[in-house]
Amino acid sequence: MSQTHSIAVEFKRVMKSFGAKRVLNDVSFHIEHGRALCLLGRSGTGKSVTLKLIMALMRPDSGEVWVDRDNVVGLGEQQLSLVRKKLGYLFQDGALFDSLTLYQNLAFPLSRVTRKPKDEIDDVVNRVLTDVGLGADGAKYPSALSGGMKKRAGLARALVFEPKILLADEPSSGLDRITASEIDELLMRRKAEHGTALIIVTHDVHGARKIADEVAVLDKGNVVAFGSVDEVSQSENDVARRLITE
Amino acid sequence: MKRQEWRRHVRWLSRFFEFAGKVGLFSLQVLVDSLTPPFEFVQFTRQLAEVGNRSLALIIVSGFALGAVMTFHTRSTLVMFGATAMIPAVQSVAFFVEIGPLVAGLLLAGRVGSGIGAVLANMRATEQIDAVESLSIDSFKFLVVPRVLACVIALPFLTLFMDFAGLLGGFLSEELSSHIAPTLYLNRAFDYLQWSNFIAPTLKTAIFGFIIGCVSSYFGYTTDKGAQGVGEAATNSVVVSSLLIILADVLLIKCIFFLFPDTAI
Repeated sequence: MSQTHSIAVEFKRVMKSFGAKRVLNDVSFHIEHGRALCLLGRSGTGKSVTLKLIMALMRPDSGEVWVDRDNVVGLGEQQLSLVRKKLGYLFQDGALFDSLTLYQNLAFPLSRVTRKPKDEIDDVVNRVLTDVGLGADGAKYPSALSGGMKKRAGLARALVFEPKILLADEPSSGLDRITASEIDELLMRRKAEHGTALIIVTHDVHGARKIADEVAVLDKGNVVAFGSVDEVSQSENDVARRLITE
Repeated sequence: MKRQEWRRHVRWLSRFFEFAGKVGLFSLQVLVDSLTPPFEFVQFTRQLAEVGNRSLALIIVSGFALGAVMTFHTRSTLVMFGATAMIPAVQSVAFFVEIGPLVAGLLLAGRVGSGIGAVLANMRATEQIDAVESLSIDSFKFLVVPRVLACVIALPFLTLFMDFAGLLGGFLSEELSSHIAPTLYLNRAFDYLQWSNFIAPTLKTAIFGFIIGCVSSYFGYTTDKGAQGVGEAATNSVVVSSLLIILADVLLIKCIFFLFPDTAI
């Protein structure tokens, strides 16, 4: 059950419903390692669900979700744990653990999941925090961080395992244009320096134009347009065209 | 009209059984996960401190006040029969057999149950539970199992504190009225108390702890209503755990009477 190409994530005819509402309807797409894919679409079209299916936080009703070389749909908890180490997830509001400091938020998964000694964990945490511009804020609790800092902190935590694939759920939502651009820069730098594949759910077309190698537009449970930003902006699908151009 | 009412009752019953089944499966998973490695010792000790230490003051003050008040009431009745010498025995039997375990369970359902429900529901609403999973950590084992085990272990000890605080409150109240000596009060208090009056009722609170831990974790961990779900989880945790504790108490008393017939006075 393994694939031997450079595909980072692939959806094959994935369906997902919540009660009577079908959120994803026969969705197929793929993204290769080292590339950036932005998922665009109106609210409630299943973009965040797509990310959760990749991370196997939800299971599809049918279809296959390939991450690197594994179809995560059929995996047990132990195998999933290995797959998840290849993935980083930046949640919409950071999802930082309230009761832990910023430093502890990053050190906690490393001490739990790896066998790294404390010195090495210190090095990794300090390096990642410095990378996202929070080197001096390790002792702060999440409640003391601004919206932009929370996003950076969430990104830092998503990067502690050096993931091959980074999933970001609306990384620029609720941020001013300058802070949003800084987050975009961090994501682009990650891709350029480490070859990390990026899958970004966003409403920010400005950011998508900057980051995306490919854009997928979801509407009514289907991928209605897929391609480069220029290709999608000339799509025959009205929703896709308007999302990119308006 | 009758048919509509009948349908409503059937719907209510099916919802009740669905809920009971889900909580049952949730509790079964707690049992299985608590017996399979890896064990979350650090998280368990942290929760034990949260459940035990932080509830201690509430338990002791409540027990003391309840003991004092009960002695006031018992005295006013027993004095009519010239049986005031029985006050310490009544006090100890009542506290060790029933009042201590039940009140400690209900108090913990209020303080700890609502806390567990609200914390887990908040973690669910803010995607912190998803974040735990995304970091390759089993969220159920990490967040739920230590909380339930902490309740199971802490409640029998808290019950003991409640029992002795009640006895102390009773003694001080009686000392003010009759100037009874501490040794005489203790001798009279433990004259009628057997080990079976003490051990079985204290241990039954471990089951109360399991109920509090499982029910409140269930409401918190499985909520899907965002911020509104946090309040609902806290309220439901207290109401359902308290109700189940009272029902379990009835069943457990029957079991204790069956296992220790001497205690069924």
